[in-house]
Amino acid sequence: MSFSVTQPTSRQKWFAGILVIGYALLTILPLLWIIATGFKSPSDAIAYPPKVVFEPTLEGYVNLFTTRTRLSPEALSEAGAPQTWYDRIVRQYGMVISGPSRYGERFLNSVIIGFGSTFLSIFLGTLAAYGFSRFRVPLKDDLMFFILSTRMMPPIAVAIPIFLMFRQLGLSDTHLGMILLYTAVNLSLSVWLLKGFIDEIPIEYEEAALIDGYTRFQAFYKVVLPQAATGIASTAIFCLIFSWNEYAFAVLLTSGTAQTAPPFIPTIIGVGKDWPAVAAGATLFLVPVMVFTVLLRKHLLRGITFGAVRK
Amino acid sequence: MAQIRIDNLRKEFGAFTAVQSSTFTIEDGEFFMLLGPSGCGKTTTLRMMAGLELPTGGQIYIDNEEVGQKPASQRDIAFVFQMFALYPHMNVRKNISYPLISQGTPRAKVREKVAEVVKILKIEELLDRPVGGLSGGDRQRVALGRAIVREPKAFFMDEPLGALDAEFREHMAEELRALHDRMGATTVYVTHDQLEAMQMGDKIVVMNHGVVEQFGVPQKIYDWPATKFVAQFIGSPPMNFLDFDGTVERGATGVCLGNADFTVPEQLQSHQGKLSLGVRPEHVKLSDAAPYRGEILAKEYLGTTQIITLATANGSLKARISSADPATVGETVGIELDARKLSLFDATSGRALLSTANKETLQNG
Repeated sequence: MSFSVTQPTSRQKWFAGILVIGYALLTILPLLWIIATGFKSPSDAIAYPPKVVFEPTLEGYVNLFTTRTRLSPEALSEAGAPQTWYDRIVRQYGMVISGPSRYGERFLNSVIIGFGSTFLSIFLGTLAAYGFSRFRVPLKDDLMFFILSTRMMPPIAVAIPIFLMFRQLGLSDTHLGMILLYTAVNLSLSVWLLKGFIDEIPIEYEEAALIDGYTRFQAFYKVVLPQAATGIASTAIFCLIFSWNEYAFAVLLTSGTAQTAPPFIPTIIGVGKDWPAVAAGATLFLVPVMVFTVLLRKHLLRGITFGAVRK
Repeated sequence: MAQIRIDNLRKEFGAFTAVQSSTFTIEDGEFFMLLGPSGCGKTTTLRMMAGLELPTGGQIYIDNEEVGQKPASQRDIAFVFQMFALYPHMNVRKNISYPLISQGTPRAKVREKVAEVVKILKIEELLDRPVGGLSGGDRQRVALGRAIVREPKAFFMDEPLGALDAEFREHMAEELRALHDRMGATTVYVTHDQLEAMQMGDKIVVMNHGVVEQFGVPQKIYDWPATKFVAQFIGSPPMNFLDFDGTVERGATGVCLGNADFTVPEQLQSHQGKLSLGVRPEHVKLSDAAPYRGEILAKEYLGTTQIITLATANGSLKARISSADPATVGETVGIELDARKLSLFDATSGRALLSTANKETLQNG
């Protein structure tokens, strides 16, 4: 058999495959552990040695979404037979459901703040990047450097000034405050990434549109934006992941109305060491970013400008 | 269709002057070439005419209307880019119909116009293809389709054949010229290729360093260049210059180079100092009887003709002679120049001296 530089042998393919699968398992293991824990009973969750095979239960999810009250045996029998499957789960522990938990609200806050700040970062970032890319801006390089420099220290380093500013401005524990804060943090990343993507789009497309009778804004909207879709999608994912997962500022600046899920999830533990509920909360919290990434995956991979301009 | 008039057009980028006071007129229906080496300001001039750059000074009239400060979308012109600039996220049909849609043309009318255009360009079968997979020539045709579909006042083309393969270029050049003849639309075409300019253009403007060097029909520019730059930029091999110090009197009909006299067209300007006698290679003849001598340094065989490089007392000289004529490298031969076709240049300023032969060309240009 002759040796080829470009075609791997089957042994090399096996080796590469095992390496990739092994690494994938290693990185996905904590994730699997969290997902599995969400379906365990509290005793299984803290069992030692850890149980890999267990009887799945929705107890964690029920506990996540409800608040429960312990009743005396007499009161329990007065309450009558449990009506629903989740009632039944709670009854095993001598408790009844007294209302919904705050997880739903906190989750919704995360959605509003995460997607709101992502939208704002992308909107402002695209306009700024377009301006920097296409027009003669005085002190352009210095301005770009200034924008980058806002990320040169960890944002949390300015937590105290921000805390005081927010209190003065009445932005503490508001959705608007958190959206503005995450946008401010994400904006430098979004301007820099998007400027790179827009720089790659040949200016002739816009000029052709201008000559074809479109205004500058129409040319931007109808020709540049579709071309920049790939860049916008990947930038949006980065921005969303940051604002979705952000913990430190959320702990510091939110406590009630605008509290996001990350600072809320640990408080579920309470006194009962309810690990399955925590794991269930974390599992559900993963879903939106995963869905968002999968939806935009097409744009991440597609090179839509391929071959349209001869270089 | 329209006449385009450029009046004292200037463009500065900071301290750099890209175009210095250009003035010329493009008549209605002309195929007009803007020719020059890269960086000469020809593309900047075209972009100012199209409205993609704003002039620093001067006026642009399209159809007798001053448009210098108007946005491109209000000038009713079409532009064909070197890189084609087809919208990559649209198929061929959408690309061609895009300019019509911007004007709010009704759907049925758009369909009809697009069908007409693709028929002219013979690209009917490409209509629903994405532009990404098309060959260079087909992309160029789609770009042309997008330009002609709107029936604008003028077409501006920025080196539209520059991105094509040499062999396909020739073919596209013919197609373009035929399309122009059929539509009769005023066309302004930027190129750095002098052959392309001579082959396709009704008129040529030659630019260098932001200055219009000469403006006129190809043959006149070729025969009677206004400057040494034009003489060298146009023609392959370029015009020869025999440099000498001397005096030319008004009314003179000959110049003296060393031991030989050359008859030239009657001069209308007197000049003293460094001079160049310009002669095209095809107007040089080898003749044993001639007193002016040169040594053959090299010869290039080109099929029907050959190019002979000669060393003379006044510099090297290239002659285009029939391949049938004998020439031996190393031999010293006599050189004769065609008296009717000679130009004298002021070697310092590079400008041609006025004679009865080039007067008409130079004064109109």
